[in-house]
Amino acid sequence: MNYQFNWAMLITEPYFGWIADGVLTTLHLALIAWCIAFVLGVAVGSCRVSGSAVLRLFGGAYVELFRNIPLLVQLFLWLYVAPQLLPADTRLWWNRLDSVPYWTAVIGISFYTSSRIAEQIRAAMNAIPQGQFRAALSTGLTPVQMYRHVILPYAIRIMLPAITSEFLTVFKNTALALTIGVLEITATTRKIEAWSFKGIEAYTVASLTYLATTVAVIGVMTWLERRLYIPGLIRRGG
Amino acid sequence: MDWHVIQANLPLLLRGLGTSLQLAAVAVLLSFPLGCLLAIGRLSRRAWLSLTCGGFVNLMRSNPLVLVLFWFYFLVPIITGRAVSDLGSIVIAFVIFFSVYFAEIVRSGIQSVGSRQVQAGLSTGLTYPQTMRHIVMPQAIRAMLPALTTQCIVVFQGTTVAYIVGYDELLHTASMAAERTGRPVELYVAVAVMYFLVCTAGSLLARNLERKS
Repeated sequence: MNYQFNWAMLITEPYFGWIADGVLTTLHLALIAWCIAFVLGVAVGSCRVSGSAVLRLFGGAYVELFRNIPLLVQLFLWLYVAPQLLPADTRLWWNRLDSVPYWTAVIGISFYTSSRIAEQIRAAMNAIPQGQFRAALSTGLTPVQMYRHVILPYAIRIMLPAITSEFLTVFKNTALALTIGVLEITATTRKIEAWSFKGIEAYTVASLTYLATTVAVIGVMTWLERRLYIPGLIRRGG
Repeated sequence: MDWHVIQANLPLLLRGLGTSLQLAAVAVLLSFPLGCLLAIGRLSRRAWLSLTCGGFVNLMRSNPLVLVLFWFYFLVPIITGRAVSDLGSIVIAFVIFFSVYFAEIVRSGIQSVGSRQVQAGLSTGLTYPQTMRHIVMPQAIRAMLPALTTQCIVVFQGTTVAYIVGYDELLHTASMAAERTGRPVELYVAVAVMYFLVCTAGSLLARNLERKS
């Protein structure tokens, strides 16, 4: 192996500024997409466990559609196909936006992730014993109160580990946004490699970014799980 | 909308689909055994082995497939000192990346069987390999099947990432055709339908297996 390392290069301009921008783009892309996905996922997941057959059918179709098309293909659909469905003046407004690739990535990743979150909501709801629902209603709570005070406190705790790993998946999936021209951290390091031919240094930065975020997220979520822990509710792993 | 463009490009797209399926099949067939080894290593009593395997699994799982692909695309030629074909780098990256996900599935499958089964097997006089072979694995594989099927779909969806380095799988074939014909809308819808059909068939199979087990 014949390779000259040059780690100092990473803290010189322009590379350092690129890396900072790339890390920030990855982080806010993941956060915005995850928040939207969570709201959509809760809505669709609720449809899937609702009493109405129409809503259940809609929820099922939504999940199958967004789960069975690869994310990369979905990004292309949002980039090329979806704008064609807009009215002409809205399409013009959209195409004139400065950051069309960024918002396309936000939309694509959000919808893809929401179908996975919806499945986790359904699984969590199904994991709650039916007796809890009946007991809550029979003490005179309204359905809204039942969800607010009995079901959701359970469901959130059951879902927490799955939500953690889902966030980490979103975070890794943002790397695919490089295909539609978003300069997040993976795209940035590839650009650095192309400029400097120092691939090992550049990719190490990207890998460490993902690794550090993973460790931080797992740390925070483990702390949260411990804070919210109810003895006897969930069998803890390990 | 001009749907003739799909008809005209259908043979090309089907060939792309075949390439994608083959790539996924090779990746699954090579990464599953590697995943089994990693899982056994992770469950080993030797601390150095289980820590090494665990560390490797967590390192790989915290990185996106695209980045792992770039690493190997860039590193493999440097390490081996000669040019490696695109396909070679892609397969190596896919196998190493997906093996850690298979390792996690196999590990939880083996752990779901429970230590009492192992103890019972050993106390009837079976050796440890015999216990694994005749008692643990038959139950573990049945428990793992739905998750393994789902993971195969994930691998198939993951083959789209080879598009990024210009390998001629289904998505790349479609994007070339879209550029040539100037009809991205029709072609991307067509490939989305193709991926959807294959993946839906896979997830129906997974659901069937889940019901049976």
